[in-house]
Amino acid sequence: MTIALKPSSRRRAPFRDKADRQGLGLTVLAWAIGLFFFIPFLWMVLVSFRSETDAATNPPQLFAPFSVEGYRNFFGADPWGPLLNSATASVLSTALVIALAFPAAYALSIRPVKKWQDVLFFMLSTKMLPIVAAILPIYLFAQFSGLLDNILLLTIFYTSMNLPIAIWMLRSFLAEVPVEMIEAAQIDGANLRTTLRQVIAPVVMPGIAAAALICFIFSWNELLLARVLTSTVAQTAPVYLTGFVTSQGLFLAQVCAASLVVSIPVLTAGFAAQDKLVQGLSMGAVK
Amino acid sequence: MSTEVAEDAVRTGAPPPAERRQSGMSEKWRRRLPLLPALIFVIVLTQLPFLGTLIVSFMDWNSYYPDDRGFAGFSNYARVFTDVNARSAVLVTVMLTVSVVVICLVLGLLIALLLDRKFPGRGVVRTMMITPFLLVPIAAALLWKHALYNPEYGLLNGLLTVFLGDDAPQPDWVGSMPLPALIAAISWQWTPFMMLILLAGLQSRPMDVVEAARIDGASSWQIFIHMTLPHLRPYIELSVLLGTIYVVQNFDHVFTITAGATGSANLPYFVYQTFYTAQDYGRASAAGVVTVAGTLVVAMLALRTVFTVFQEESR
Repeated sequence: MTIALKPSSRRRAPFRDKADRQGLGLTVLAWAIGLFFFIPFLWMVLVSFRSETDAATNPPQLFAPFSVEGYRNFFGADPWGPLLNSATASVLSTALVIALAFPAAYALSIRPVKKWQDVLFFMLSTKMLPIVAAILPIYLFAQFSGLLDNILLLTIFYTSMNLPIAIWMLRSFLAEVPVEMIEAAQIDGANLRTTLRQVIAPVVMPGIAAAALICFIFSWNELLLARVLTSTVAQTAPVYLTGFVTSQGLFLAQVCAASLVVSIPVLTAGFAAQDKLVQGLSMGAVK
Repeated sequence: MSTEVAEDAVRTGAPPPAERRQSGMSEKWRRRLPLLPALIFVIVLTQLPFLGTLIVSFMDWNSYYPDDRGFAGFSNYARVFTDVNARSAVLVTVMLTVSVVVICLVLGLLIALLLDRKFPGRGVVRTMMITPFLLVPIAAALLWKHALYNPEYGLLNGLLTVFLGDDAPQPDWVGSMPLPALIAAISWQWTPFMMLILLAGLQSRPMDVVEAARIDGASSWQIFIHMTLPHLRPYIELSVLLGTIYVVQNFDHVFTITAGATGSANLPYFVYQTFYTAQDYGRASAAGVVTVAGTLVVAMLALRTVFTVFQEESR
């Protein structure tokens, strides 16, 4: 199509010209819709680099003097604690998820247990229970055990939240590992741990990385559990952002700066895992 | 036992000679062992809390009145079904979910079809399309609430001023139309999700068959209706069901943009409010159980669809 677009003027056949015009129209439409979806984000970036007075004008300005006032105000309010808490909960829970999901995926694909399909669908069904339906007992347990406002408790629940997704994803990757390779290793006397670590892991590393990035995104994004289970000490970045829900005078540049900074890890992880994003979100059902 | 082993051996290609010699543990348990930690973890942390909710839903339990705790029978459920706010929450959840999923599906399919062609800058457009989905949900909700919807300095009213002059209408978007405001903001985030699944579906089409049809004189429209759509069906079902499961549970947008004001609280927000603000544990749990019952119907359908795709894949 790209080649067909350029020499269109030189070609005389009317049929070709019509097809090219149609192609050009579709290209323009694709760009228009893409931009339409991108504009709110672009606007957020633009506004975040303005002074508060330039940020909140009506009519809006396309170009305004560059300023880091929003970022200065955001970082001036010391958001490092919440950002660090989010990083802790997301990274720890992701590591835990992979450590638990990798052997489980092995037992569901390469050397499957008897009812491996039932186990897989049980895992999937837990993702369909709304978190609100479990939040009260979790809160009461946290209160009872003194783990309220403790980042480790949140880490544990993020692990259980993401474990099913990781198992599904890893299972679909492990299913592609050639059986001969594993058998050869086991004939050589390798036990399960060695097989997993030295034979399978190197082959499915891209899959493990993708699963890890997706679990990281889901943990980083989570608000409801964090809002209920944490307060001052262990609050995460999304909980910190709830402080911006009610308007406080001129603060638009700061809101945009804060939203952007908190989203940067997810944007990075998401673009890194772009090709595997669908697979993760559809629990490995779509390749 | 012997037939089992034989079957398993067929599945994995050959008997595992090394493992059988190793220890006294039966083959069954050796297979189960790597699975158990994950399985126990998930059961304890997802099933037990729900069981707790189920129990509390039959109790009188408000933490403001700690002495009145006791068995309540079905009275919490009766209150959920007769309470105006609770019934409104059910209705809002249904409307929100259906609107968002339909909008996302139509837009997502359109964009997926556009992105399935090769054209200059396709990668850039694809990246731009994915961006909304890669914002932290509450950050995206804040963006819509303050930078776009704000009646005084939001971009929407700003654009109205630009195009219609100084006496342009300046509606209070969230205040006057809370549900459409929520639907637009949530659809913006979830359309890329639908688009990605459908695009994956489009790109898994056997192109030689499509080419053959084209050579035989089939029009683009005929190819779309008779070949593309049937092929996309499982992907459409999957995106609708997964979208439904995620959108039904939406909390962040409702919490941020409307805070449930003027009849825009959905079930997750209603449960949160009843439990967190009103501290009525019994009633919150009953509402939570009702949410699960509603989700269960969709979930069953979802499981079946995933299962179909799953079996096609493993064939």
